[in-house]
Amino acid sequence: MELVWLIPALPLLAFLILIPFGRKLSDPGAGWFATLLVGGSFAVSAAVYLELMSRPADDRVVHQVLFTWIPAGDFSVDIGFLADPVSITMALFITGIGALIHMYSVGYMKGDPKYSKFFTYLSLFVASMLVLVLADNLLLTFLGWEGVGACSYLLISFWFNEEANATAGKKAFVTNRIGDFGFMVGTFLLWMTIGTINYVDIPERLGGITELTATAIVLLFFLGATGKSAQLPLFVWLPDAMAGPTPVSALIHAATMVTSGIFLLTRLEPLLFQAPIAGEVIAWVGLATALVAALAAVAQNDIKKVLAYSTISQLGYMFLALGSGAIVAGMYHMITHAFFKALLFLGSGSIIRSMSHEQDMRLYGRLRKYLPITSITFILGWLAIAGIPPFSGFWSKDEVLAAAYSSENLGVLKWGIGILVALLTAFYMTRLVIMTFFGPKENWRDPEKLEEIGVASSFDDSDPSADAEAHHLEPSHTPKESPWTMTVPLVVLATLATVAGILNLPFADRFKSLEIWLEPVLTHSHEAPVATTLFILAGVAIVAAVLGVIAAYFVYQKQKIPAERIEKPALVHALYINDTYAEVVAGPGTAVFQGIADFDATMVDGAVNGVAKVTTDAGNGLKPLQSGLVRTYALTLSAGAVLLLGYVVMRMSF
Amino acid sequence: MIVELTQTWYLVLAALIFAIGATGLVIRRNPLVMFMCVELMLNAVNLTFVSFGNMLDDVGGQVFVFFVLVVAAAEVAVGLALVVAITRRRQGATADDLSLMRG
Repeated sequence: MELVWLIPALPLLAFLILIPFGRKLSDPGAGWFATLLVGGSFAVSAAVYLELMSRPADDRVVHQVLFTWIPAGDFSVDIGFLADPVSITMALFITGIGALIHMYSVGYMKGDPKYSKFFTYLSLFVASMLVLVLADNLLLTFLGWEGVGACSYLLISFWFNEEANATAGKKAFVTNRIGDFGFMVGTFLLWMTIGTINYVDIPERLGGITELTATAIVLLFFLGATGKSAQLPLFVWLPDAMAGPTPVSALIHAATMVTSGIFLLTRLEPLLFQAPIAGEVIAWVGLATALVAALAAVAQNDIKKVLAYSTISQLGYMFLALGSGAIVAGMYHMITHAFFKALLFLGSGSIIRSMSHEQDMRLYGRLRKYLPITSITFILGWLAIAGIPPFSGFWSKDEVLAAAYSSENLGVLKWGIGILVALLTAFYMTRLVIMTFFGPKENWRDPEKLEEIGVASSFDDSDPSADAEAHHLEPSHTPKESPWTMTVPLVVLATLATVAGILNLPFADRFKSLEIWLEPVLTHSHEAPVATTLFILAGVAIVAAVLGVIAAYFVYQKQKIPAERIEKPALVHALYINDTYAEVVAGPGTAVFQGIADFDATMVDGAVNGVAKVTTDAGNGLKPLQSGLVRTYALTLSAGAVLLLGYVVMRMSF
Repeated sequence: MIVELTQTWYLVLAALIFAIGATGLVIRRNPLVMFMCVELMLNAVNLTFVSFGNMLDDVGGQVFVFFVLVVAAAEVAVGLALVVAITRRRQGATADDLSLMRG
């Protein structure tokens, strides 16, 4: 199967062609062109997938080396692609969802002055992500990793005329750099320890590795993962990343970028099982992130911020699964999450567009009758993420929670916190749906409310040309359903979000297709709890989800309890973690950096300048010796000769 | 008083001529005169070469003189060209005025 290289090459080709010809293709040609090539990439992925499926289970690996990239002594890195069940699964949903988001963007970005540039970046984003997942070694993965980081910067600050958008892009980039440091040092350490960074060679060379080294390596890579996948302590960039256009948010949150951390740890799964302590750390960090983000999501008024915190929270679930050793559960939740989160983001984009780019949910209400397709698909996505059976989110979340329950240390506690997060998830998603589609009244019809909230709204997802009329939502506004290019992806994703659960049903072993599919490439399999336990756990999860939905119904639909009692300021600010960072960096942090800068200016520069100054001074001091007077030279010369002669004569006579 | 003309006297004469040349080189300012002084010094050295060649019965001393003559001729050619070039540029220039290479 020599087609693997085409998977990242097609979006890259779209990128390369759109650079010179994007303006000519313009609106909507550039968009359709990029959509077509990413769709082609999906077709190739599907072909490779079918090819792998037709092979026996232990032979499902295509390793294609294109050429040697860096030959340097013992160290040699290839440009090579590794298509195995893990990477092809990733490639399938990256290209599939990527193509749908491209198509959606054709409608969403219509009329934007930088239309073709948007698709240029978007294609590069998908290409980088595909390089990341299909690479056969860590360095090539890092290339994709950095490419994803650069594209996220470009796309988050796409409407950079607004200060806040540019800052959000910078924040995402800088925060990710901290994680990249972990990735790099981890790669170095792995190379030092076992002498290879090729994924296929790692398992067989792990024999001599000590637990301490393995723990250090896994934790360093996990630091990288916390950056890209927005976990504690580096999650702060993701809520701000909402400054980008909504399709970008969907791409970042569903198909690319945030899944790369999960993927990385899945790839390094053999190493993960050498480091049980690191696994514990990952599980707890994931759990803590899930809880913090879910709490924060409860109190956000910006529709995209709710979804952003929701993503962070769901990613926490995935890390919980990985940390508990349930790789398949992590992948399973990642796939279902990719479907319903892409759906929710694209749905929110459709809502935002219909509401004149207003993102504050307090101005929404009763939108269901105006946006029939968006609301139905969005509600399906809501059911999936809230964990209501038989929608996909229920099955995958349940598997993650079961894995947490059966993990060795404090499994019940982990499961309990996980259930709490599930309840919160159901609560904040119901809140979002009620505030947007239902609720007692159409809030934007109230001019006072519009005046009061419209100004305070923090993020403005509008293009710069609309700056002058930034908050142009009028009380007389009538929301309109989006064009078909936007609703078709919504319908497709809603279908997938509904049925994706069948990938891995727990009823019998033969229903666990994802597990059977992924098992050959994983070195360790995870034992699920016995069926009865599983059903009790699932029952509790359903009760939690339903409780969350009912609670939100009473607070936001019936308004029996004032919302202010739940939406505490601490929750609005996500427990002040971001604010604390800002304070620390602005206060003591700045002082430390100033100190380092001063050390550089005085000591380092001082040493360099000192050498130069000594030389200059010596030259200046000796300058008068060269008087330019020939006779002086002659005299000096003679005097020297006389002195030498005198010395020789003295030596001879004594 | 008749002093026997021993070979030592040749060396003394050479030393005197050399000293005159060296002194002249240092105290005179006219480039042309300075050149002549250099010639004096070179010829003083030539005299010692010939004397020692005679004393040690070695033809090498005389051979070396020819080398010195050739080099001196070449040096004069360059030096006189320089002097001409200088006097064309400025009238009545002395060696001390030509201190453009001062550090």
